[in-house]
Amino acid sequence: MTFVAKPRVHHPKLPINEIGLTRRDYEGPVSTLCAGCGHDSVSAAIVAACAELSLPPHKFAKISGIGCSSKTPSYFLSKSHGFNSVHGRMPSVATGANLANRELYCIGVSGDGDTASIGLGQFAHIVRRRINMLYIVDNNGTYGLTKGQFSATNDKGSTSKKGSPNLYEPIDLVSMALQIGASFVARSFSGDKKQLVPLIKAGLMHKGFAFIDVISPCVAFNNHQGSTKSYEYVRDHSETVTVSDYFQPHDEITVDYDPGSSEDVKMPDGSTLRLHKLDRDFDVHDRVNALNYVQKRQAEGEVVTGLLYVDPDASDCHEILDTVQRPLNELGEAELCPGNAALHAINDSFR
Amino acid sequence: MKATNIFDPNYFHKVVDCQWACPAHTPVPEYIRLIAQERYTEAYMLNWDSNVFPGILGRTCDRPCEPACRRVRTEEKPVAICRLKRVAADNKGDVSAYMPKVPTRKNGKRVALIGAGPASLAVARDLLPQGYEVHLFEKDPAGGGMMRSQIPAFRLPIEVLEEEVDRILDMGVITHFNHEITSMKAFLDDEDFDAVFVGTGAPRGRDLDLPGRDAVNDHVSIGIDWLSSVAFGHTSRIDGKVIVMGGGNTAMDCCRTAKRLGAESVTVVVRSAFEVMKASEWEKEDAMSEGIPIVNNRPPKEFVHENGRLKGVIFECVKPVEENGRLKYVPSGEPDVFMEADHILMAIGQDNHCPWIERDLGIEFDKWDCPILDEDTLQSSNPKVFFGGDAALGPENIIWASAHAHKAAISIHLFCQGRDLKADRPPEGVNLISQKMGVHEWSYDSQHDPSARYLVPHVERKVALADIKVEVELGFDRALGAKEAQRCLNCDVQTVFAQKLCIECDACVDICPMDCITFTENAEEGELRARLTAPAGNVEQALYVSGELGTGRVMVKDEDVCVHCGLCAERCPTNAWDMQKSVFHIPQLGSYAE
Repeated sequence: MTFVAKPRVHHPKLPINEIGLTRRDYEGPVSTLCAGCGHDSVSAAIVAACAELSLPPHKFAKISGIGCSSKTPSYFLSKSHGFNSVHGRMPSVATGANLANRELYCIGVSGDGDTASIGLGQFAHIVRRRINMLYIVDNNGTYGLTKGQFSATNDKGSTSKKGSPNLYEPIDLVSMALQIGASFVARSFSGDKKQLVPLIKAGLMHKGFAFIDVISPCVAFNNHQGSTKSYEYVRDHSETVTVSDYFQPHDEITVDYDPGSSEDVKMPDGSTLRLHKLDRDFDVHDRVNALNYVQKRQAEGEVVTGLLYVDPDASDCHEILDTVQRPLNELGEAELCPGNAALHAINDSFR
Repeated sequence: MKATNIFDPNYFHKVVDCQWACPAHTPVPEYIRLIAQERYTEAYMLNWDSNVFPGILGRTCDRPCEPACRRVRTEEKPVAICRLKRVAADNKGDVSAYMPKVPTRKNGKRVALIGAGPASLAVARDLLPQGYEVHLFEKDPAGGGMMRSQIPAFRLPIEVLEEEVDRILDMGVITHFNHEITSMKAFLDDEDFDAVFVGTGAPRGRDLDLPGRDAVNDHVSIGIDWLSSVAFGHTSRIDGKVIVMGGGNTAMDCCRTAKRLGAESVTVVVRSAFEVMKASEWEKEDAMSEGIPIVNNRPPKEFVHENGRLKGVIFECVKPVEENGRLKYVPSGEPDVFMEADHILMAIGQDNHCPWIERDLGIEFDKWDCPILDEDTLQSSNPKVFFGGDAALGPENIIWASAHAHKAAISIHLFCQGRDLKADRPPEGVNLISQKMGVHEWSYDSQHDPSARYLVPHVERKVALADIKVEVELGFDRALGAKEAQRCLNCDVQTVFAQKLCIECDACVDICPMDCITFTENAEEGELRARLTAPAGNVEQALYVSGELGTGRVMVKDEDVCVHCGLCAERCPTNAWDMQKSVFHIPQLGSYAE
């Protein structure tokens, strides 16, 4: 926690993006999280991604629940819309926001407690419903805000700060998301922005439900020897299966990989996600294979990172429900309240 | 790149741009903090210790520190360092208790100082507390040298000058005023000094050899000589139309003085372009704001006279052309211009001039008539003769004289004690002192102040032009001084990185407002500079590189635009970053700062 505000002064050569903003214009007020918290790096990655995509901040809706993670939307995109909701209920609020205004970029930030414990039911259903949003879990395996109890994603055998081991099996959110039908699933690490920023960009531009599980160490309660969510452990045990580079439609595609191992995924807005598969046999379009791979490596104590599954042609909730194309706030009263006659007509159609 | 050795005294010294640029290496941020704390006397003493003439320099310094100020790179205008120095001088209390003690029992060694300018005075200041018997020889009736004779009173009030000159003389200098030394040979033969220091400045103003020059002798004055005769009260008027030739600070002083002494009109005519004039920016501004036109690109061609009575000067018209990055002047095609003049003040430069030093004394001179000196010791080829100030390396300014004096005083001391002038010189050093006071508490104002540079008030123009003794700049008062002091970025409070504590969490990278910090794979400097979050294009500024970290990467910090806000240390969970004040040990005899 810091009381010294970040000054407005910035690097004299700070790049200005296509809509005339610098990265600093996407920041929020200074974080009140513990110094060194991984969550602040995730916020910084979101800031970098949005700035590089030149997206207008006022076109964002940031929704969160309760917890350290859920405080973070305050610390990025201060000129956007935000809703810090009830514990575990971010998915409901996000669903409502997205249904009401389909033109907003919706970012949900949650934590392992907010998603894997109290909000597990809500999480499962927002995945199923394919809400067009980017759902980020700042996953540190601990309840930091209540002084470091094991959370539901903490690995069995991983120890607390005092040394006692966790006795329960962990919930793996990536596996759940794959199983229930998310059309974009990735895992990353707060300490690796090179990997995280392109994933956030792709997740934002993905049409449908994009899920990124970000291992984000808790420096105060879960960054010790014996923890499997510490900076050191994750660095030693992470296995990157895909390296992604994100290019906007007008970008010159500069990164070259060995042809046999790379693949270009076309995104709905015309942008390109160039994937470099470190394991040639890994197929990012094969949901079952991805699930198996993640589970298998997990059993061996490894943390698989990178983009794990993507279906660029997936449909989202609006398509499934065939909703109106425009945001509700742009509709007139006559369209929103078509009147008694219209209601009767609908009722009659069910008789 | 190899890991940076922060214990090399020069590494962090370079980060303190102002102090590094200052010839005397005055600890600028430290005295600015003292001013912010209203500790004017201490601020003054810190200056006095380092540059010897804070009150004088706070008005007249050439300010190499200001263009170097980091604020120029991060925003736009530098901190008004020079004016803050004056705030310390104007508001100081009684400094007598801080003065070094001069032993009554002398050490038996006698040192002669020739010329009573800033260089000699500063040498006297350094040597007296060591017990030397110091004799000062000066051709003029009072001490101060060019500070008295060439800087007009409207820039430097006589009281300010005399206070600081007398403070040194009162330490026990044995003065010999009105005593011009005309033969070094006789001086060395007749007097039995253990060492001789020559601080006679660059006393010869240049003249122009142009058609008509000899006929108009009565109407042409050499700028520095004329200023001197004004300073000593021999000249109190100048009539008619005056042309000042030259574009340096002397030219600016000449034109402003002429304006005050009754000239009908004053015009400055410069051979070169406005931008490349030698005069400091602010001196040009001051002259122009007093209604004095500066005419550029006009080399003089001929003096026009009628039977020895000056009529005016014919000037050629040229224009600057850039060739291989250098300015060259070619005829502009316009016809020559004639400008009327009754008097010419010639301020086109000055030279070293030591006709009184015979060339067979073992003191060797180069082809520019400068003595050949050892750069580190300022010793001439005659081991007991030392030089400093303008007399040593040609015309510079007061702050260089102070810097030379410290160097020469060490040499003279070592020489008189029979020690080796190089091997026994005290080394440079650096101390790093953590500024952390507690959680979120630093012992300096770490928060960045975005204020623009404050303007200094001037006396009303009419009043200023009516009397040569009225000081034009009023200086900052305490309140303005306090505000300006907050603009200082505290560049001496260094970001110190402890590699073994770093967990590579990126907190410092994310919080740094200036994008100074990057964690990346190591490479050669050129590649590394291009690879940083904000590419480090300013190669004048160092990269701070750590050893290899856990992930095999290194921490690289570009020192260029760091605002020393301390947020990296504030956000670091393991105290791998700390803000530590760097205090440099600049070798100096009996330094108060030690």
